[in-house]
Amino acid sequence: MVTDADPQFDPPEDSTTDAAAGELVNQTLTAAELAQDQSSGRSPVGLHVARAPEAGANAEAPSIVRLEGVSFYYGSFRAVKDISIDVRAHQITALIGPSGCGKSTLLRTINRMNDLIPGTRVEGRIRYHEEDLYAPYVDPVEVRRRIGMVFQKANPFPKSIYDNVAFGPRLNGFKGDLDGLVESSLERAALWGDVKDKLKTSGLSLSGGQQQRLCIARAIATEPEVILMDEPCSALDPRSTLQIEELMAELKEKYTIVIVTHNMQQAARASDRTVFMNMAEDRAGYVVEAGPTVGIFTDPRNQMTEDYVSGRFG
Amino acid sequence: MSNSQAITVGVVQGSLRRRRVDVAGTVFAAALLLSLLFTLAVLAILVGDQMTRGLPVLAERGTDFFSASLSSRPAQAGIAQGLIGTAMLTAMVALLAFPIGILTAIYLEEYAPNTGLTRFIAINIRNLAGVPSVVYGLLGLAVFVALFRALGVGTGRNILSGGLTLAVLVLPLVIITSAEAIRAVPNTIREAGYGIGASRWQVVRQLVLPSAVPGILTGTVLALARALGETAPLILAGAVLGSFSTGGSLGDLFGGPYTALPVIVYDWARKPQEEFRALTSAAILVLLAVTIIANGFAIFLRNRYDRRW
Amino acid sequence: MTAAAPLDSRLRGTRARRRNERSVKAVLLFAAVLTVAISIGIVSSLIFEAFEFVRSVDLGRLFSAGWFPRRGLFDLPTVLAGTLIVTAVAMLLAAPIGLASAVYLAEYASPRARSIIKPVLEILAGIPSVVLGFFALTWISPNIVRTLFTESTGFSLLAAGLGVGILTIPLVASISEDAMRAVPNSLREASYGLGARRVTTSLRVVAPAAISGIVAALILAISRAVGETMVVAIAAGASGGSLFTADPRDPGQTLTAAMASLATGSDNVTGNSSAFLSLFFLGFVLFLLTLGLNLIGDVFVRRTRQVY
Repeated sequence: MVTDADPQFDPPEDSTTDAAAGELVNQTLTAAELAQDQSSGRSPVGLHVARAPEAGANAEAPSIVRLEGVSFYYGSFRAVKDISIDVRAHQITALIGPSGCGKSTLLRTINRMNDLIPGTRVEGRIRYHEEDLYAPYVDPVEVRRRIGMVFQKANPFPKSIYDNVAFGPRLNGFKGDLDGLVESSLERAALWGDVKDKLKTSGLSLSGGQQQRLCIARAIATEPEVILMDEPCSALDPRSTLQIEELMAELKEKYTIVIVTHNMQQAARASDRTVFMNMAEDRAGYVVEAGPTVGIFTDPRNQMTEDYVSGRFG
Repeated sequence: MSNSQAITVGVVQGSLRRRRVDVAGTVFAAALLLSLLFTLAVLAILVGDQMTRGLPVLAERGTDFFSASLSSRPAQAGIAQGLIGTAMLTAMVALLAFPIGILTAIYLEEYAPNTGLTRFIAINIRNLAGVPSVVYGLLGLAVFVALFRALGVGTGRNILSGGLTLAVLVLPLVIITSAEAIRAVPNTIREAGYGIGASRWQVVRQLVLPSAVPGILTGTVLALARALGETAPLILAGAVLGSFSTGGSLGDLFGGPYTALPVIVYDWARKPQEEFRALTSAAILVLLAVTIIANGFAIFLRNRYDRRW
Repeated sequence: MTAAAPLDSRLRGTRARRRNERSVKAVLLFAAVLTVAISIGIVSSLIFEAFEFVRSVDLGRLFSAGWFPRRGLFDLPTVLAGTLIVTAVAMLLAAPIGLASAVYLAEYASPRARSIIKPVLEILAGIPSVVLGFFALTWISPNIVRTLFTESTGFSLLAAGLGVGILTIPLVASISEDAMRAVPNSLREASYGLGARRVTTSLRVVAPAAISGIVAALILAISRAVGETMVVAIAAGASGGSLFTADPRDPGQTLTAAMASLATGSDNVTGNSSAFLSLFFLGFVLFLLTLGLNLIGDVFVRRTRQVY
């Protein structure tokens, strides 16, 4: 795709560049978006016909986000370099690697959260349904409505549980059954049972694990297509961690998940694909190996990967 | 061998059991406490002194003291004009300085790019906060009074000049305290907002500001308290010393001579007659009541909402 | 593909919101730039009139017998000496008392005691200076100054200086307490771990670590004392003019009190006379003096922030 500096850039020219791939993706998009539109038109959760692929690596699953040669700079410091990976629809993609290798930075480029840090810069292309997310005409706010995020430390707003979940839909001018949407989002986040009698109490009154599930409910209430999770369990106890992992397995029927994790067992247990990153001499993160999770953990091609997954470093 | 061991144990036990009297430490602590008590004592004497002199006046004059106009005869002098002036000046400060100050703080904390202009504005505001209030009076005299005179509003020495001067005076205070309150809102809240697709203004308006409101409120009330007690800038910006009369119409209120409670205190404090001493103390009691209530309210707000994230 | 709008056009967002965001930003920027306009207003209103004054007055008049603006005598040393004396007296009172209070609050006071004492200090900080001026004249002067120096007339730079000192105690205490509380607890623990007592820890460990903040507190207090007007205007006594004096027991004139009396009372001058212009000249000198002090103080404040 050609990046055009003109903000009035016309869309049709753009989508015809990569005809074959484009058609495939456009179909997926339509399906996904239709599903999305239906649900925001208030259909009960169960009504969703999940196009769930079989668990494990489904090589046929179409790529929904594709990074092509992505480098990221804080000022003149290059934090990650030349990353090319595919994120496939309805799968859980795990980013693993030692501390400081740029996993979180990379994750945050996908929904342009890093735009908020002054003096940063992205090179390369990040494509979402073939659209260049960093094209000049793209509004980062719209990107984040489609690619949601769950953070390392649960960060509920200092508002009621209800208002936390309803916040996103209200921003979008949601006109419909807000109560129903809040309930279904909390249900999908496996929190409804815990909080249904205290929706008016502050989100900050919940336990750590519940807060994180509230944040997940908040993220899915805006009906995103992709959910980015930045070490969502690092502050949680093992039991809450397992609950979140179970939740992720359910959520991938409807959403695509990218998760950064420090915990290799978590990656092995919960993800379909794993991307192993490491730090180069110049402290820039790069991808050592990426592929189906089973392969990465049982039969890594790279010696460094093997050392890392077997706990010999990192 | 075992003997020497026993001795060592004895020495250790002895030194652990002995409660040494730490003379230097005790004296030091006592000196510190004394300095603190000194300050508190000054406050108590100050208030007590005004009360012994001022309370009889308030008791004797009653509401008359609050409703009577300025006069050169102590038995008839009252603070009505000062109360009206102070109320109007306070209202003008709230109307002018609060919106501009809070908007500036939002700009600096949430919008401003890290450029030379931004840094210049920030340094400039910090320095403005340190400019003595009497210098703001000169600004009022040279800019606002001159402006109203040029516009043909009498001598220009009207309450609008005074209000504008005080508003400009407290503006840096409002900006700095509001900016601190906004900065104290943790970044995770902003990230959460952006993460679900809120725009910058939506994040500021719906997430940051509600969390920062107690801090901003504290700052604005402190600024009001400051404006309530300021005297020097008003004297320069045309507040009237000595008695005067106005017809009480709206035109008089804005175009005519004006004064404020602290200005009356200054005026009376300089009068040679002994009776005015008591009147001054009575006016001070009213002024203290107003400023202490305002400051106390601000402190209460801050302690109440001093949220730990 | 026709069911929903094309993705790329959706990623553009709505024009209304972009416009909304832009106008919000414009309004906010306008408010911020207004503060710069105020500074420009202050500086320019001072500079032009001060320059006018310097041009219209025989410079020899800036060094004469005393400060009598209506007689055309503008002796700068008189007002500077007055300012210096008041500031020195104020700091002799406020520095030890303020610093000791800060050490007590930061290192000794229980959280409960602190929660009571701090608000009281803050109330003191909020007392209008005109009130302290009256207090200095009617209580400090007869009860303290005249007890020590019986020949004093009632108005004196000393009484004014003590009043200003009381006014600046809370400032010294709060800034230096903040600095001491910013010293990490690990340093205190290290000191106690070596068997040091609380005095030693406070004086040898915490205070040196907080030295930048303490210096900043003192400099900002000096700046505040130099700029304080009402206390001096009421209690120092020289409403008309003043001869040069270096004796704190005498009545005297400071930069600020001279300005207050030029604007009011017996010296109520208006128009373009050189007495009126001298007001701006004094203001300009005062502005430069406090600006310099504040800039230096700011350097120290920022240094404390950088250390930890």
